[in-house]
Amino acid sequence: MSSIIEVSHVYKAFGGPTIINDCSLSVAEGSITGLIGPNGAGKSTLFNIIAGNLAPDSGQVHFDGEEISSLSADQRFHRGLLRTFQIAHEFTHLTALENLMMVPPNQPGENLFHTWLKPGLVQAREQKVRARALEVIDFIGLDHVRNELAGNLSGGQKKLLELGRTMMTDARVVLLDEIAAGVNRTLLVDLVRNIERLNREHGYTFLVIEHDMDMIARLCDPVIVLTQGSVMVEGSIDEIRNNPDVIEAYFGAGATTD
Amino acid sequence: MNELVFFINNVVVSGIVSSSIYAMGAIGVTLVFSIMRFAHFAHADMMTLGAFFVLGLTMLFPEIGNAIGLPSALILMPIAMVMTALTAVGIDRTFYKPLRDNNVKPIVLVIGSLGVTLMLQGLIRLVAGTGSRSMYIAERKDIFRLELPGELATRPIVITEPQIILFVFAVGAVVALHWFLTRSRLGKAMRAMSDNPDLARVSGINTNTVIAVTWMIAGALATAAGTLLSLDVTLKPDLSFFLLLPIFAAAIVGGVGHPYGAIAGGFVVGFAETLAVFNWAVLLRPFQDMLPAGWELPTYLAFVGTEYKITVPFFILVAILVWRPTGLFKGKVL
Repeated sequence: MSSIIEVSHVYKAFGGPTIINDCSLSVAEGSITGLIGPNGAGKSTLFNIIAGNLAPDSGQVHFDGEEISSLSADQRFHRGLLRTFQIAHEFTHLTALENLMMVPPNQPGENLFHTWLKPGLVQAREQKVRARALEVIDFIGLDHVRNELAGNLSGGQKKLLELGRTMMTDARVVLLDEIAAGVNRTLLVDLVRNIERLNREHGYTFLVIEHDMDMIARLCDPVIVLTQGSVMVEGSIDEIRNNPDVIEAYFGAGATTD
Repeated sequence: MNELVFFINNVVVSGIVSSSIYAMGAIGVTLVFSIMRFAHFAHADMMTLGAFFVLGLTMLFPEIGNAIGLPSALILMPIAMVMTALTAVGIDRTFYKPLRDNNVKPIVLVIGSLGVTLMLQGLIRLVAGTGSRSMYIAERKDIFRLELPGELATRPIVITEPQIILFVFAVGAVVALHWFLTRSRLGKAMRAMSDNPDLARVSGINTNTVIAVTWMIAGALATAAGTLLSLDVTLKPDLSFFLLLPIFAAAIVGGVGHPYGAIAGGFVVGFAETLAVFNWAVLLRPFQDMLPAGWELPTYLAFVGTEYKITVPFFILVAILVWRPTGLFKGKVL
């Protein structure tokens, strides 16, 4: 399998400590790759760099063979590189359905001239987007709250909405930032099943940050361990679990004595 | 009865006029704030600029209104609205966008907009001089005098043509804006961006388009407000100076970032002003007979003198910041 995301020698510091320190990793196309590591390892910062919310101090990010460091977040989005947020982001004053309908890019309704001069075109596209949004909201099981303001949804429902957002357009890579945090067990099963389905049926590649090891074990192969801003080890979940260095990084020295 | 007519002429009519002007200005300020998160001080000068565009066009085509029976300036106003809208986008691209691209703090943009204010004022004076001008070049202002039936009222209710147009236009603009923000895709994108700019960007919303449209709406509304006000009184280059404070007060009273709040704020500030300078002695005069002998009503009884009108919005501003800092409508998000 070829790699779709290639991070090479990325550095990032916020004033003081270096958060991302010579980090290089690659994500294979069609995989569900896990990204784990202790708190403060730089996982979310790395996501921000890949998605274009933060610029690296140095180093490169390639997406599908192309260097994308100079592209803005919305340009990366248009190429099919999507992300969700650790703390679910939503447009609080739009309904759940409208939140989803916001996503598809290049809608004619976003063009000022089309808005006034080609209402038919705008309408037709709006209908299509709406139909798709209804499908998606059904898929993620939020149909009953579709006309609720997104700000009023529960934390778990907002997470589902985040996943739904990635389904509104033809994504190639989706970065999931702690999608399971705050989601109850029943919803979690749905979530995992949906991610697997998107991966299998739609060919989405996922890069997943997660603290829930059961979910990582069930979902991800391979798993990359990040500590202090660089990759410590990469491998299948079993290899990771039995790696004494990983255990030491998570639990501190001396925790390896069976 | 005459006293009531006096009240209607001096409070109801003129209150509605200044309220509508303030509301249209405050909507612009509030839209710019909710999308770009800075207080745009040059907004009142965009009003003046727009009105001067209209004046210029009217000087070119002074007779155009005669055919329809409306003031020429009004017929030409849509063209000036487009011109000001494009100027506003141009100002943004030239002065504010480079600042935004460098991720400056909002206060830097605010100071930048003060610079734009001074520049616009200078340019307007340079081109058009400092005197006041009438927007009517080849026509005269229509003034309607509504005679009331009955013998008690001898004075008519006076309404001018521009006042009626202003009110109709303001209502139409508000309805159109409401439709735009809630129904159209672009309006929803604006609301989305004011709600969560980070998410808007990673949801593929073209933030440059949204910003441009925001400036267009703000510029067009500012032109309309400036023109209609100048039609009613006169056009002066320092128009903006007297509008800036009430407009900001209206935006803050309504809750910054809340367009409907801005309308309410415009009405609160507009009516507070007119009520504060109104001579209440006139309304009390009919009750003179009921007072015990020797009690004389003063001939002039107002909260503040007309020359201190500008202090009223200032007072409201301070009061709202002390007692309800988020504004009447809890602003921030469209």
